[in-house]
Amino acid sequence: MSPVSTANSRLVYDALKASGVRLMSALPETWLVHLIRMAEEDPAMTLVRLAKEEEGVGISAGAHLAGVRSAMLMQNHGFLASINGIVSCAQLYRIPLLMIVSYRGEFGERDPWQTEGGGVTEDLLRALRIPFAYLDSPGHVAHRIAKAETLAHSANKPVALLLCRDLMWEEAS
Amino acid sequence: MKRVDALRAVYPQLADRIVVTIMGAVAAELQGIGHRPNFFYLQHAMGLASSMGLGIALARPERQVIVFDGDGSVLMNLGGLTTLARYRPRNLVHVVFDNESLLSVGGFPTATSTGSDLAKIAAAAGVPRTSTVSALDAFTHAFDEALAAGDLTTVVAKVEAVGPSKFVTDLSLLENRFEFQRYLQRDVR
Repeated sequence: MSPVSTANSRLVYDALKASGVRLMSALPETWLVHLIRMAEEDPAMTLVRLAKEEEGVGISAGAHLAGVRSAMLMQNHGFLASINGIVSCAQLYRIPLLMIVSYRGEFGERDPWQTEGGGVTEDLLRALRIPFAYLDSPGHVAHRIAKAETLAHSANKPVALLLCRDLMWEEAS
Repeated sequence: MKRVDALRAVYPQLADRIVVTIMGAVAAELQGIGHRPNFFYLQHAMGLASSMGLGIALARPERQVIVFDGDGSVLMNLGGLTTLARYRPRNLVHVVFDNESLLSVGGFPTATSTGSDLAKIAAAAGVPRTSTVSALDAFTHAFDEALAAGDLTTVVAKVEAVGPSKFVTDLSLLENRFEFQRYLQRDVR
């Protein structure tokens, strides 16, 4: 049994659906497995599995201009790999992006290879002036996702929600 | 073959189709022939024009989408070819103008100048229909066939490394973006 929380993944998924998201791009990582499976099993959702996360910026931009709401599911290292696309597609062209970013490398991280990316994630979001909030407790998942989606569309720009260990990982760490 | 002649030859067929181009010469030349509200020029984010085309094609399966890409841009997002092939949008025609160089930054040769074959890479990625053409009549024939085929197609058009004298046009990026969005959504309920 994976210690990734199925119940909290379901909360996140249902909140994305409730916000009108009908297309998700994703590159698998441990914390996202349930979310990706939920998207795959949902006939009302278009799931696009990527080779590299930056592609998702272009796919979301195209979907947005064509009238379809989307979300990007990625690890924070995928966010790092997407920065040029975020700046020179989404920000340059005022495209709303809803980025659901698994926040690896914060307190409690056991994988040494995640720690460097974890340490720069928030500073990079601030440097790019991307509004962000934590999803670290089930009680605020639904309204933070709804508010993030509202701001992305009113401001026409990328926003990020950081999926935190306290929400996604059930094993005490 | 010159890219501008290739664009001019197929221009009438772009009238009712959704068109996404890369930056630089392709954007400037197509605007020079005549801008339309159904044309979007991705003036940066190299590599993502095909990803944008995929997003539009998936969102609007009843409309035909044409992406005018380039060798430098495709080389920056080779993985995107595997994603295109994986979802195989039947309504997407992917044209790659291959001038074997990064023309807008001074003409530095790309890897296609030393033998990398983008049509074979696309085919190996799983794109069901691919071809390479180097003469104008072969290009228009391949383009027409791709439109009629109703399947994902990559046409690599070998073109001369020549372009317009300037790349900045009087069409603002955001004006283009909002006009294009309005065009795409005017028939959406």
